Amino acid sequence: MSSLSISGPTPTDTTDIGPRLRVEQATYAYSATDRSAPAFTLGPISFEAGRHDLLAVLGPNASGKSTLLRLLAGVTKPLSGRVEIDGAEITSLELKTRAQKVALVQQESTLLFPLRVWEYVLQGRYPYGRRLRFESQEDCVLATNALAQVGAASFRDYWMEELSGGQKQRVILARALAQQPALLLLDEPTQHLDIGGKIELLRRLRRLADENRHTVLVVTHELDLAADFADRIILLHKGKCLRIGTPAEVYDRGVLEEVFEVPLEIELRANGRPRVSLRSDG
Amino acid sequence: MKPLTPRRVLVICGLLLALLFAAVVISLRMGAYPITIPEIVTTLFNRFAGRSDQIPSEFLLVVFGLRLPRIALGIIVGAALSTAGAGFQALLRNPLADPYVLGVSSGAALGAIMSLIFTPHVAGAIQIASFVGAGVTISIVFLLGRRGGQLDAATLLLAGIITTSFLSAVIMFLMTMLSGRDLRGIAFWVMGDLQTPPVIGLKWLFFVLVIAAGCIYTTTSDLNLILTGEQEAHHLGVNVRRVKLVVYVASSILTGLAVSVSGAIGYVGLLVPHVMRMLFGTDYRLLVPTSAIGGAILIVVADTLARTVLGTTEIPVGAMTALAGAPVFIYLMRRRVR
Repeated sequence: MSSLSISGPTPTDTTDIGPRLRVEQATYAYSATDRSAPAFTLGPISFEAGRHDLLAVLGPNASGKSTLLRLLAGVTKPLSGRVEIDGAEITSLELKTRAQKVALVQQESTLLFPLRVWEYVLQGRYPYGRRLRFESQEDCVLATNALAQVGAASFRDYWMEELSGGQKQRVILARALAQQPALLLLDEPTQHLDIGGKIELLRRLRRLADENRHTVLVVTHELDLAADFADRIILLHKGKCLRIGTPAEVYDRGVLEEVFEVPLEIELRANGRPRVSLRSDG
Repeated sequence: MKPLTPRRVLVICGLLLALLFAAVVISLRMGAYPITIPEIVTTLFNRFAGRSDQIPSEFLLVVFGLRLPRIALGIIVGAALSTAGAGFQALLRNPLADPYVLGVSSGAALGAIMSLIFTPHVAGAIQIASFVGAGVTISIVFLLGRRGGQLDAATLLLAGIITTSFLSAVIMFLMTMLSGRDLRGIAFWVMGDLQTPPVIGLKWLFFVLVIAAGCIYTTTSDLNLILTGEQEAHHLGVNVRRVKLVVYVASSILTGLAVSVSGAIGYVGLLVPHVMRMLFGTDYRLLVPTSAIGGAILIVVADTLARTVLGTTEIPVGAMTALAGAPVFIYLMRRRVR
C-alpha cells in the first residue's frame, strides 16, 4: 500500500488562477407556502475566496448562516445571482462532480447499522467511482492519509459508536478530506467540543488551508476563535450580510453589539487580531 | 482496513450456493416416495448430461415432476422476499422492515385476488396486479408512518401492522363473499403456501427475479451511503431520489412476484438479511446477493419441514417461517429499544 506515491488528500483542481469560490449577488428566499410572502430572505451577498483562505461565517441564530452554507454547497439554488466554483456554476454541476469539489461537514447523524471508522472514511471516495464500485488501493491510501491528517489514524479500526464526540468530529472531517474537495464547508463543527477540542479543530483547519490549499469556510458561534484563526469574517444578521473583511475590520463594537444584543468590549491585540469580551458595566 | 472486493463477494456467494445445493438435494430426498441421496445425485447428473432415458420413470416423475418444481418455486420466492426485505430496510431506514410486517405482502395478495376476480384468464395479470397492490400499500404505509414530516420507526411499524390486519380483513371478506369461485384458500393468501403450482412458467418468474434483484444490486454502493444519512449521501454525490425510486419499484415487483405465486409468506425478508448482516457485515454489495441466496435456502428448508414434519398432512410454509421469524423479530425489537 505504501509503495503507491500518493500524497495527502489535497484538492484535485487543475486551475491555479483566479478565485476558487465566487459568490455574486446571491439571494435566497424561503416562504412557508408557495403563495405567501417570504418568511426569510438572505442576501444579496457577494464575496470571493481563493486557495489557502479560511473564512468564518458569524451571526446569531436565524441569521442565515446555514442557508448560506446550503447555497455554497449547491444543495439549494440561489433565487438570483450566482455561486461559482472554479469558474463553474455550482448547481449546474453533476452530483458526483460537485462532490469532488465541495465537501460539507455537518452535525453527526445517527447510524442505522454499526460501521467501522475506515468504512466511514472510505465513503468519501464515492464521488470518484462509477455506479457499482469497489474501493481501490488508491482509495485506501487516501483514506488512511485523511485519517492521519486529522490525527485519527490510531482509531481506524474502531466502531463509529465507540468514539467520543471530538473523535467522531475528526473522523467526519477525515471523510470530507477523502473527497479531496477544493472547498471545505463546516456547519458549526465546534458545537459539541470542549475548549481544547475547539482550538485543536481550528488549528487543524488553519493547517489544511495553509498546507493543503483547501478553501475552508466554517460557520461558528465562536467569536474569539474566529478572530484568531480566520483570514476573513462574514457577518450575517437577519439574512443581511452586514460586513465582510478581516477580523479587525469586521469586529466593530457598535456593529457586534447590535447583532448579538449584548454589551461587548473589543481590544486589538499585538498580532493585529481583535479579542472580544463581555463588558463588565453591562 | 479490509475493503470489500468482488472476489470476496464471489467466494461467499459460491459457498452459500453450495449450501443451497445441499439443501435442495436433502429436500428432494424427503417425502412419501423413498429415494436415496446417491440416486438423486445420479438422477440430476443424468438429466443435466442429457441422458434422461437412463433415469427410471418413477424417479423422473417424483424428482422432476413433483419435488423439483416446488423447490425451484421456493428458491425464487425466498430470494425475492429476502431481497425485497433488504431493499425496504434501506429505503425506509428501518432494520425491522419486511414485506410481511409492513403489510406489503397483504397488499400484493389483495391485488392478486382482485385479478382472479376481474381478469381470471389474462396471462401475467395476477403478477402485475400483485405488484400494483404491493406498490400502493408501501406508499400508504410510508405516508401513515410519518410523524411531523419525519419517518418514525415505531409509527411506521404500527402503520404496517394496522394495514396488514385491515387488508387481511378485506381478503377474508372477499373470500367469504365469493366462496364459490376458484380464488385459492384464505390460508394461502394470509399465511403463504407452495403447494399450488403457479400458472405462469418458472422461467418467467426467474427472469423477473433476476432483473428486479439486479436493479437493486446496481444501487448497493448508493444504499450504503443512504444508510448513513440521506442528506449526507446527497452531499457525497448520490442521486437519492433516483436510487429510492429504483429500490421502491424493484422491491414492490419482487414482493408482488413472490406473493402472486405463494401467498404472503412472512418474516423471510426480516430474518435473512439480519442473519447475513451478523455473518458478513452491513455492506449492501455483499448483503443483497447473500440475502437472496440465504432466502432461497430458508424457504427450501422451511418448505421441506412444512411438507414432512406432520407425515402426510402439510402445513403452510408461512406458518414455519412465522414460527421462526416472530421470536427473532421480538428479539431484534427489544434489542433496539435498549
